[in-house]
Amino acid sequence: MAAGVVGTRGAGRPLMRLITMSGAPILQQLHLEERLLRCTGDNWCIINDGTAPATIVMGVSGKVSELVEIQPVLQDKVPVIRRFSGGGTVIVDQGTVFVTFICSKTAVAGLQPFPRDIMSWSGQLYGKVFDSFGEFQLRENDYAFGHRKFGGNAQSITRDRWVHHTSFLWDYDMKNMDYLKNPKRAPDYRQARNHTDFLCRMKEYMPSRSVFTEGLISSLRDQFTVQPTELETVVSDDTGFKPSTKLLSLQDLEDIINTKGSHTVQEVQA
Amino acid sequence: MALWACRAASYLRISSFPRAFSTVLKDLKYADTHEWVKVEGDSATIGISDHAQDHLGDVVYVELPEVGTSVSQGKNFGAVESVKATSDINAPVSGEILQVNDELSEKPGFVNGSPYDKGWIIKVKISDPNELNSLMDDEKYKKFCEEEDGTH
Repeated sequence: MAAGVVGTRGAGRPLMRLITMSGAPILQQLHLEERLLRCTGDNWCIINDGTAPATIVMGVSGKVSELVEIQPVLQDKVPVIRRFSGGGTVIVDQGTVFVTFICSKTAVAGLQPFPRDIMSWSGQLYGKVFDSFGEFQLRENDYAFGHRKFGGNAQSITRDRWVHHTSFLWDYDMKNMDYLKNPKRAPDYRQARNHTDFLCRMKEYMPSRSVFTEGLISSLRDQFTVQPTELETVVSDDTGFKPSTKLLSLQDLEDIINTKGSHTVQEVQA
Repeated sequence: MALWACRAASYLRISSFPRAFSTVLKDLKYADTHEWVKVEGDSATIGISDHAQDHLGDVVYVELPEVGTSVSQGKNFGAVESVKATSDINAPVSGEILQVNDELSEKPGFVNGSPYDKGWIIKVKISDPNELNSLMDDEKYKKFCEEEDGTH
């Protein structure tokens, strides 16, 4: 499954290749992540600062009829994606900052490739980034300041590698939340709060996006040798891999309205 | 207990935690990716171990393959979702899928509550019995899990 590892430890730390993007469509980002997970052996960090258009992204087992207000989504032509990782539903846009780690299971010494272990590791990494800006908490599986969530996480774990990816709410458009239903499965600390009361914006705690991303890279450098990598060099290594992340078609969404509960998906060319 | 495990408990504010000793059944074979195999003639039943389900957390979804497809030793054939993560299920032996546990679609929690019984995932016709030699018996698997958890 994994190709050979490119690069070796530098200064005793494993190599992590860093890709930074701005405004990349989330579907393309997720396809890239799947390919890097399944077709390479390297460690990667992807930072995507904002995305367009505003898009709803569900986890692998998400049921559209339970999570999405389909009528306004159809009316306003909001794209809906089912991603390859677990977890819940988000609506992402230019105010979202994405950070993804794709690692071999040996990248972090002593870390078992199970969800809670990886989540704990990430909480420690981000604690160094956020502690000086607010009361940072890893609450169940979310990043929060106090009891207000600003980062949602999901993972995908294979035999020898794992992905941990986060959508950070630098800012968000409150009216976009109207496209989402309150989920049946929610963390205890949410306490049945609506989106307005449950979420917060990072920009109210930190001076700029670059302070966040630079702090993240600095925290990463404690554990890895970080090597900036041009996206074009990665894309050119296409192996014909077919990702599982899917953009739901108009027909899929209309079918769901007509036959409630169905979420069979036709693949749509990106 | 592993250092990361202790930190996880603290960060996640949880009191319950992966148990020190998971159940390991005799007469089964185990892969280092925590799947078990029960051989019955030239066919085998496959699931994930108690150690795996304990570390994964509550399983909320099982992605199942189709009957008739082939699985290859060491390659993924399905996935479970737990705690916001999808985790591959890897085939401990190669073969053709004869049966799939469709009950898991409605009751994914069987993987947690009954990992060796109701939580079985697929049954295959074994294509190469020699592959079983590369799997661990219960004693070796038990030691393997202890080493992974940092307990001896």
